[in-house]
Amino acid sequence: MTPTNPTTSTDALAEVASDPDTIDRHFPAAARTAAREGRDGDAAREALLLAVPGRAAYVVEVVRRVYDHGDAAERRAVLLALPALDDPDRPDPIGDTALPIVRDALRTNDTRLIAAALGPYAAAHLDDDAWRQAVLKVLFTGIPVDQVAGLGDRADDELARMVRDYAAEREAAGRDVPPDARTVLALAHRAD
Amino acid sequence: MRIFDPHIHMTSRTTDDYQRMHAAGVRAVVEPSFWLGQPRTSVGSFCDYFDALLGWEPFRASQYGIAHHATIGLNPKEANDARCREVLDVLPRYLAKDRVVAVGELGYDSMTPEEDDVFAAQLALAAEHELPALVHTPHRDKLAGTRRTLDVVRESALEPGAVLVDHLNEMTVDVVAESGCWMGFSVYPDTKMDEHRMVEILRRHGLDRMIVNSAADWGNSDPLKTRRVAETMLAAGYTPDDVDRVLWRNPVEFYGQSGRLELPETQAPGASEGELVAAGATFMGNSVLRGARE
Repeated sequence: MTPTNPTTSTDALAEVASDPDTIDRHFPAAARTAAREGRDGDAAREALLLAVPGRAAYVVEVVRRVYDHGDAAERRAVLLALPALDDPDRPDPIGDTALPIVRDALRTNDTRLIAAALGPYAAAHLDDDAWRQAVLKVLFTGIPVDQVAGLGDRADDELARMVRDYAAEREAAGRDVPPDARTVLALAHRAD
Repeated sequence: MRIFDPHIHMTSRTTDDYQRMHAAGVRAVVEPSFWLGQPRTSVGSFCDYFDALLGWEPFRASQYGIAHHATIGLNPKEANDARCREVLDVLPRYLAKDRVVAVGELGYDSMTPEEDDVFAAQLALAAEHELPALVHTPHRDKLAGTRRTLDVVRESALEPGAVLVDHLNEMTVDVVAESGCWMGFSVYPDTKMDEHRMVEILRRHGLDRMIVNSAADWGNSDPLKTRRVAETMLAAGYTPDDVDRVLWRNPVEFYGQSGRLELPETQAPGASEGELVAAGATFMGNSVLRGARE
């Protein structure tokens, strides 16, 4: 069997459920397969990850491998699937054990990965320091802040200080302060 | 004018180049994996490089409105280093990726037995993954190297139409034309091919299976050479449709055999607004996507 365009989405799901290692073959091809079937590639990739059987520790090991071996679109799909993998209705939700993946994505400069990393999973689990740095990075890289999950709940005084300093630095340089910086400040003050 | 540069090493180029390329009409590129100037000593270095070709570089290109694809393979220079041979073991993982549109650059550098083995093994991988192959011809002993290249292709499971033999010149074009493989020309400031000789070759051989690239990299090269060829063709009396064929439709047809091109919306010369090749359309199973930030 060739690793390219191996099967239908339904077959791939069944294979991953019975032999999780086949995800290495199915995950890269999943978006192409889904497109042929008129379905969404990210959703197809999420379904493959959710089909991996076993305890959370094992599932996260597989998820990490898929992420490490993934191209940018695959990595983004993994990040988008983290909330579903952590769903409390799953037999063994992954909890915070996939945070190394989120941290890896936040170190990149690829705005698609940074935005995908700051979904509900990061809002629920990422520590305050890393989360504030991430929000600041969102402002720096021009990602719309409305893509940051839980911003209203987590914006605090320290984030407000960082954003005020950032705005002051911009003003000192004679540059515009992005409207999103004001948005974050407004949310932070509301949270006080 | 829409231009597809089917061979350019953007990892070695700046954002200024991306801006100038877009302004010149370049809307899609293929970046073949190759030698980086400095030899690598481990498989990990290759993996990071391949990951960049499928991660950071397409992102960079998309910011300038250019669709980026890659070819993945172990190049002939480093095929001679035993420490790099294990790259062959990780290739299947990469050949399954969405934007990998061929195996390559393959071929010969010094025509060693090691290069023979690695070349043949990767042509077999291309057939297995239903991908075409991009084959470079050597700088030294070029005609003999091109003949030997074609022999290896003939012995492989690939059809000649699934193979692009690159860096051709007046001495090597004839044997490749006879083979049925696609003919690639790298237009450089000083070496390889120039735009005037290129037009002369088109005049003698026609436009079938003809592919023109800048092969711009970290050496003396120019990412706008594709545009220069287009202008030289027009000045020599070729029509805008001829130019479109050589600089867009031919490379799209060759790499489209992968079914994995993700092309931006473009307009063929002479087409009216309504004839825009629109997002959501497909070409031979390849996607046409809404253009990135213009």
